[in-house]
Amino acid sequence: MQRYSAFAVAREALRHHRGWGRAWGAPEPKAHYDTVIVGAGGHGLATAYWLGKRFGIRDVAVIEKGWLGGGNTGRNTTIIRSNYLQDPSAAIYEKSRALYETMSQDINYNVMFSPRGVMMLAQTEHEVRGYRRTAQANALQGVETQFISPRRVKELCPILNIDGPRYPVLGALWQPRGGTARHDAVAWGYARACSDMGMDVIQQCEVTAVRSEAGQVTGIETTRGTIGCGRLGIVVAGHSGVLADMAGFRLPIESVALQALVSEPIKPCMDVVVMANTVHGYMSQSDKGEMVIGGGADGYNNYTQRGSFHHIEETVRALVETFPMISRLKMLRQWGGIVDMTGDRSPIISRTPLGGCYINCGWGTGGFKAIPGSGWAMAELMAKGASPLAEAFTLDRFRQGRFIDESVAAGVAH
Amino acid sequence: MSIRLNSGGRRIDRDRVLRYRFNGRDMAGFAGDTLASALLGAGQTLMGRSFKYHRPRGVVASGPEEPNALMGVGEGARFEPNQRAPATPLHEGLVAVSQNHWPSLERDVGAVNTALARFLPAGFYYKTFTWPRAFWKHVYEPFIRRSAGLGRPPEEADADRYEHFNIRTDVVVIGGGIAGLTAARLAAEAGLEVLLIEQDTIWGGRAPVDGVEIDGNPAQAWVDDTVAALAAMPNVRLRLGTMAAGIYDHGYLLAYERVADRPDSSGAPRHRLWRVRARRIVTATGAIERPLSFACNDVPGVMLAGAVRDYLVDYGVSPGDRTVIVTNNDDAYRTAIALHRAGLSVPAIVDARPEIAGALPEEARQLGLTILPGTGIAKVKGGRQVTGVALCQQGGDGAVTQEIACDAVAMSGGWSPVVHLWSHCGGKLIWDAEQAHFRPDPDRAPTGADGRGFVVTAGAASGALRADAALSDAAAAADRVLTALDQTAGDASPPRADVPSEAPLAPVWMMPQRAGADLRAKMWLDFQNDVKVSDVRLAAQEGFTSVEHAKRYTTLGMATDQGKLSNINGLAVLADARGDAIPQVGTTTFRPPYVPISMGSIAGEARGDLFQPIRRTPLHDWHEGQGARWEPVGQWRRPYTYLREGEGVKDAVNREILNTRSNVGLLDASTLGKIVVKGPDAGRFLDMLYTNMMSTLKVGRCRYGLMCSENGFLMDDGVVARLSEDTFLCHTTTGGADRIHAHMEEWLQTEWWTWKVWIANLTEHYAQIAVVGPKARTLLERLGGMDLSRDALPFMGWADGTLGGLPVRVYRISFSGELSYEIAVPAGQGRALWDRLLSEGADLGVMPYGTEALHVMRAEKGFIMIGDETDGTVIPQDLGLDWAISKKKDDYLGKRAQARPHMTDPDRWTLVGLETESGAVLPEGAYAVAEGTNANGQRRTQGRVTSTYYSPTLDRGIAMGLVWRGPERLGEVLTFPKVDGTPVRARIVSPVFYDPKGEKQDV
Amino acid sequence: MLILTCPYCGVAADETELAPGGEAHLTREGPGSDDDAFAGYLFHRENPKGVHFERWRHAMGCGKWFHAARCTVTLEVFGTYAAQVTEPPRAIRDAVSARRPGWRWRDLT
Repeated sequence: MQRYSAFAVAREALRHHRGWGRAWGAPEPKAHYDTVIVGAGGHGLATAYWLGKRFGIRDVAVIEKGWLGGGNTGRNTTIIRSNYLQDPSAAIYEKSRALYETMSQDINYNVMFSPRGVMMLAQTEHEVRGYRRTAQANALQGVETQFISPRRVKELCPILNIDGPRYPVLGALWQPRGGTARHDAVAWGYARACSDMGMDVIQQCEVTAVRSEAGQVTGIETTRGTIGCGRLGIVVAGHSGVLADMAGFRLPIESVALQALVSEPIKPCMDVVVMANTVHGYMSQSDKGEMVIGGGADGYNNYTQRGSFHHIEETVRALVETFPMISRLKMLRQWGGIVDMTGDRSPIISRTPLGGCYINCGWGTGGFKAIPGSGWAMAELMAKGASPLAEAFTLDRFRQGRFIDESVAAGVAH
Repeated sequence: MSIRLNSGGRRIDRDRVLRYRFNGRDMAGFAGDTLASALLGAGQTLMGRSFKYHRPRGVVASGPEEPNALMGVGEGARFEPNQRAPATPLHEGLVAVSQNHWPSLERDVGAVNTALARFLPAGFYYKTFTWPRAFWKHVYEPFIRRSAGLGRPPEEADADRYEHFNIRTDVVVIGGGIAGLTAARLAAEAGLEVLLIEQDTIWGGRAPVDGVEIDGNPAQAWVDDTVAALAAMPNVRLRLGTMAAGIYDHGYLLAYERVADRPDSSGAPRHRLWRVRARRIVTATGAIERPLSFACNDVPGVMLAGAVRDYLVDYGVSPGDRTVIVTNNDDAYRTAIALHRAGLSVPAIVDARPEIAGALPEEARQLGLTILPGTGIAKVKGGRQVTGVALCQQGGDGAVTQEIACDAVAMSGGWSPVVHLWSHCGGKLIWDAEQAHFRPDPDRAPTGADGRGFVVTAGAASGALRADAALSDAAAAADRVLTALDQTAGDASPPRADVPSEAPLAPVWMMPQRAGADLRAKMWLDFQNDVKVSDVRLAAQEGFTSVEHAKRYTTLGMATDQGKLSNINGLAVLADARGDAIPQVGTTTFRPPYVPISMGSIAGEARGDLFQPIRRTPLHDWHEGQGARWEPVGQWRRPYTYLREGEGVKDAVNREILNTRSNVGLLDASTLGKIVVKGPDAGRFLDMLYTNMMSTLKVGRCRYGLMCSENGFLMDDGVVARLSEDTFLCHTTTGGADRIHAHMEEWLQTEWWTWKVWIANLTEHYAQIAVVGPKARTLLERLGGMDLSRDALPFMGWADGTLGGLPVRVYRISFSGELSYEIAVPAGQGRALWDRLLSEGADLGVMPYGTEALHVMRAEKGFIMIGDETDGTVIPQDLGLDWAISKKKDDYLGKRAQARPHMTDPDRWTLVGLETESGAVLPEGAYAVAEGTNANGQRRTQGRVTSTYYSPTLDRGIAMGLVWRGPERLGEVLTFPKVDGTPVRARIVSPVFYDPKGEKQDV
Repeated sequence: MLILTCPYCGVAADETELAPGGEAHLTREGPGSDDDAFAGYLFHRENPKGVHFERWRHAMGCGKWFHAARCTVTLEVFGTYAAQVTEPPRAIRDAVSARRPGWRWRDLT
């Protein structure tokens, strides 16, 4: 692999950057792989990466219908945090957050993880109690959080109006090592690392059928031919239902639109991520200077990657109340993604009724932050048949009533 | 240097001078100027700095597509960054500052990046800044953030107001140029209701600037007539200064009207956001000129040829004395001719086409202008201002053939239809090879609720660039709308335009065609984001060949103009690097808004008091007058406690509790939900909704009931009273009324729709006051009118009657463990009852109490609170509420769910009381630890605190919690670490701390 | 921003007047059903890319629940109908067939 460094950039600059090779390969699919991952988003690529890194499984293809990282990986608001309430969630998100800390060095690609801190505002007594509880839980889970005072909130984020007439800020759950990262870079960096391990990342290749024999997966049909495999991982977020249908099982999943927007870029004015769940909105400032804003999901099944504008109105309204200065900023761009929501709003990382076929889906509105940890757990599950981080996230939990419900800690999108 | 000419300028009024300030300097312009034209007129060509390299930037366009001339406009609470100077009308007293430089526009330290540009190619930051690890957050990122960003952030809350406007109409026509006017006129004449909007502040679009003649008259005269005719029609609405921001599903359109975008005393909103529902939308949005990619095409003084013409004709401003024209099409000759006629020098028309034949070039030749065929610009000379151009063969590699001194360059790479709105909602594009642009594919329009296309394009927006073609296209567009809406055409006949014939353009994506790496590294595609031809080629070389990858890797088209000038040029470079045709590369997704719109306008009026308006009980004002410290609960506010002079919050709560337990307290319980369920099947229906048996409740009696979701979890609780054989009144929690009402309707309408039941939410019809404490009966008897003795109205009974002459319904229920009456009275008389209770009870020690006292008292009694003991994961069985779950019923919502393996697991955490050994208050939300850690290294737990308070009644901390096999372990001591790890030890006890036999409430 | 016509009051209602209610025509599984059937009823959803039958409530209008047949890819609405049916009426299914020949939803075609 061509190693990236300031020195390499300088060396290339002297020859008009003619020496840079492809970041990842463009191979033709082979007839058979040990393992096929469907979906070259962050989660799929991270799964492949850890299969190679941790378990030496490198005869792997990652199949992508469109362009890699083109789904929710490249459409989210890039928030990384792990201040979850329930043990299984806190475990996988904290693992993920910790992996983000070293990702740039691990994969020699700057994903710009910025641990600038994430605060979730408490604006009702009920939220205060909920976040105090979360802070207690986090302390036992090894997640560094604290409940902070309104004064501290204001110090950390001066543009925030803590005396809002409707919902004064009563405190916040603060995770100092939460933050953001550059979303595209996560997908690109992993794709490059996978490619470097000899894996095939195959774009523009749509799966049309799943093949099996005697209850065991044998391969997939694609628009670029049949690809055999011993193990199949389905990691396709909003399109999970479609793939599950091909593999012959059903999922407790609904696909809905989630929207986000950015303002025009301005000079730095906000160095933390703020989530205001009572009023339904969250905001951070990107390195480019754009205020990155998100809110709640639409409530109906939708595959259009477009949402309804009144959700944007609600989100902006909430944030204008919380950050009055943004009223005179302008919305530059709004967009939508398709998120896969499970019955308890927690993900699924699980075996499936089809032997050799595994699924990783249901990250809903919060998948970006989980990418490295999700891949870590999924790879372990596929390589060893079990993973402690994935153990609670089985498909079977819906039958048993063993839900992982985070709604008390995060009532809205996360 | 740019100059104001002594004459000309159809949009300005030279008799009205406007004073304004730019970067602290006093300046003057004319009424009708934009900020850009005024600055150009004053010789100010340098207007900003680019994003990445901090290169000097001048205005390049004449409309809102401008990428360079972005200004901070206004001051204090009216300051707004990133305003487009060409789309900012000048007004008296305007204050503007340029952006993205330090210490000044002229001398910017950041411009050092230009020298380093070679080391900062596309995506360099992905390859660097990774070591040492901590440096990203603390060194590299702060540096990058400071040098990125554009304008400075506003610092104050916005002083202006905004509003929304909803409208339905048959047709919206977007764009008030000649195509839009024609389409609007034809639709209106046919009798359709038409809304015509134009983003500019005048009608007519480009035609009057371009000297078009329509039906034998100058375009301006035709525009004036047509606008007058439209204005006279009752079925037409016209709005200038109104930009269509986005088209959404099912014919929804957002339009952004800048009503009073300046300090204004009339009280008008600054911006108005139109939320339009249209049966059909006509986009007559025109076309935008493309720059040409030659070296140093970003130097101030290089402008789009059409923009040069606009500034000249509209404002009497020229970007320079000597303007070189560079083009690949005939249209730019109009600029050459206009400049020449204005007495300005046009040293050369550099035309990339080898053969030049059209009527406009011929006219230019006859005027004596020099045309250089097959020629390109090798390089623009100059730093902060154009000083000349070096020319070359277009087909060559850039060897300089001659140099020409000039102070401006007018470039034209052809025109691209504005397809954004068409594309927002799924309209597809086709590549028009002849005109070298993407245009809407009329057969693949965005589709509406009926599955049919609802957007039609007209004029240049369809790719019909010439005025004659635009007019006939607009007429055809109107026809398509009429056909779609089954409307017969009116009498008006479509207009015709006379224009000179034009020769085809020659696509030029790089100038010269075989430019080497040195030149490519100086050819700007995206002026604001500093993306060059070399960057896009590098992206392709590194495998970022998908158009979305290339965009994201280079940031091409991600600037505030969203690629309006740069996208097609960038695509062409990418296609070339890939060895593909442009249509194979495709476009990136077009997303709203077309031009950025203010957050204020999106929020609309809903700010301050109108942001989530507060629901008020009939007693709200009284609470406010008595020092209530508020607690938001749902959309309501409830008094948390009533603070007295010099009193702390805790003291106030304790006072209220002790007084209620010893005398009598009043609680405003009006926020509790009150839902009437009535009908022959009402009992049967409530048996399904509650875990209890409600059908056996006797008339005149009350019963505490639990409601679960179909998933088994406890969702609400409250007291149900049977008012008559077929009528029940269901109380819900404060936040729950609307939700529970909807829940009831859902099951009634969609599952048990044959059952005869009617439901009404009467929450706001009644004020409800809890009169609580040992002296409650004494107080109520003083009001007189009802027998409230134990025999007449026993515990858990209710009665109608009067109290103090007011009609009341009295429920003998208790959430505090005290003798307690909840009295419902028509909302309008709530305050009267409250006042009577206070005055009659003064000597009894009557005192209102708030929600915190309520919470403490219920916890002292071991009563659960929805939202504290429950969190969406708790079933009634966890809370020891089996007594409220009917064993006799076959079914109720949640019953099946509660039979699942995890729900019947004896290892579930179950409700108990907790008492610290020291008497201290347990921390909120604390967990009881168990031995060791789980497989993920997390400390094992065996319970948690759900409610914890200081009990003034018992003078010690009390708590409730859910504990693993809790009720089996009474007396055991658990350890609850604080957040800092300090252990707090607490004993498992009964959750009922006060009056366990319930003697006090039943007296 | 959808518009759906409420079959009860006849109003072409904006989405802001409506509350979505998920997949239509679920058969309730009560006490006695097996765990798989119950989980299926509560959680498993068709979630199709294409024709979908779904529930809505005219929450800010007449308050009635109704059903809609809608395409989740184009958002085309094939029709709305009363909620008090256990499967889409023939007329609605014909309307879908006219626009989407060969559609499939559960066992319906």
